[in-house]
Amino acid sequence: MNAEALAARIPDGALVALPPDYSLPAMEAVRCLIRRKSRRLRLLGVPVLGLCADLLIGAGCVAEVETSAVSLGEAGLAPRFTEAVERGEIKVRDATCPAVHSALQAAEKGVAYMPLRGVIGSDLVQARSDWKIVDGVLNIPALRPDVALFHARWADEAGNVWVGRRRELATVAHAAMETLVTYDELKPGDMLEDEILAPGVISSLYVGGTAHAPKGAWPLGLPGVYGADDTHLSQYARAAKTREGFQRYLDEWVLTPGKSFSPA
Amino acid sequence: MGAYAREELLACVIARLLEGARHAAIGASSPIPATGAFLHQNRNPGFRVSLQQRRNANPFTEGSRELFDLAGQGRIDTFFLGGAQIDGSGAINLVRADGKRFPGSFGSAYMYSVVANVVLFREEHSARVLVPKVEFVSARGMPKALLTGKALFSWQKDRGRFRLESTHEKEDIRAQTGFDYDAPATIPLTQPPSEEELSLLRGPVAQVISADYPDFAKRVWGIN
Repeated sequence: MNAEALAARIPDGALVALPPDYSLPAMEAVRCLIRRKSRRLRLLGVPVLGLCADLLIGAGCVAEVETSAVSLGEAGLAPRFTEAVERGEIKVRDATCPAVHSALQAAEKGVAYMPLRGVIGSDLVQARSDWKIVDGVLNIPALRPDVALFHARWADEAGNVWVGRRRELATVAHAAMETLVTYDELKPGDMLEDEILAPGVISSLYVGGTAHAPKGAWPLGLPGVYGADDTHLSQYARAAKTREGFQRYLDEWVLTPGKSFSPA
Repeated sequence: MGAYAREELLACVIARLLEGARHAAIGASSPIPATGAFLHQNRNPGFRVSLQQRRNANPFTEGSRELFDLAGQGRIDTFFLGGAQIDGSGAINLVRADGKRFPGSFGSAYMYSVVANVVLFREEHSARVLVPKVEFVSARGMPKALLTGKALFSWQKDRGRFRLESTHEKEDIRAQTGFDYDAPATIPLTQPPSEEELSLLRGPVAQVISADYPDFAKRVWGIN
């Protein structure tokens, strides 16, 4: 399966869990979603979102976002997210990072909710009718995304994927109905037979589909393999300040076949 | 005393606020708190600093939830928070103000209530940022201090109000602050960096910081 076919498995309107820019984003698959004109997606930030979300929102693929923040990090505010919210074009369900983790941990354990310390006193609690205070403690209901989508360094012939220390991706894979993963390199055999690799593996039990996408996290980084393309990211942040600039970026880097994941 | 950058002065104030701390965690995009923390660590080797988004040798192996789990257990005693708006009751707003949308609350709603010492830090000191009442409460708690590019405030638990401790230059702070606060009759100047602090900052601290905040290290110390 290639990234195009993997993206085609995500139906319009799905609740799609995505990692932040520093935690193995499936950028090539995101570009495929834009090319196939996905619509009404609901994004879940695990626990925050960055470039993936800004591109999808700017391209009109998104109806709703649940996240603790959307930001381009050192490159500044996420311009398409900011404008879409200010114009009322998308709905935001604001969260706070540990609440997202708790919701996914509740789902992976098969319990209805998970208690979380603190947070009471924040206006987030009033804004989230699904969060309940019981005996002075906040209870966060379990959340099962339709799809978890991320990029891995390796997949193997047994259908396992390796995410190393990014354990929040294991949690979201356990919680989601389906997990779709792009990867940079295929390893022969079964990584679960390797005692050193196994702790960083998400077993095929949880993985619904994998697709080879070399440099699939670009322009973001794959730790230990390639760094983020900081020049390209600041170029994006500047271009996306206006709708016209964003459209030119899409035309050049997303919609032009063959160019998207082949940086100079 | 030679010339110093404003960032160096702020980092020295942060290092002094860390007196007695055991473990500070630093969230996203916080080069000045990180600089202050590494300065403190240079003189207190037992003090631990965890940079959440460190590119190499990141301290966390359980994904992004580990920071919050550590904090929930009390294993982190100091954290830094900012805000698009900060008010006189210590509440911060990272969500929306004046029709503008900001990135969101991140982990603040949780960290403010579970970490013992929260230092509020925002370089901009203006009536736009320091408001009587935030439009949206991302997080509320009892801060240890509020440090801005112009002044240092302490938090008075008994009065539930800030107290102006010092200003970095001689100027009228009240006119630039949107909330009410207490102040001594004579307001001291913030203690400037010592020669020892400056040489640590420009030597070992600058080297460590440049790995994760290259733009900042280039701007402040000319490190490429």
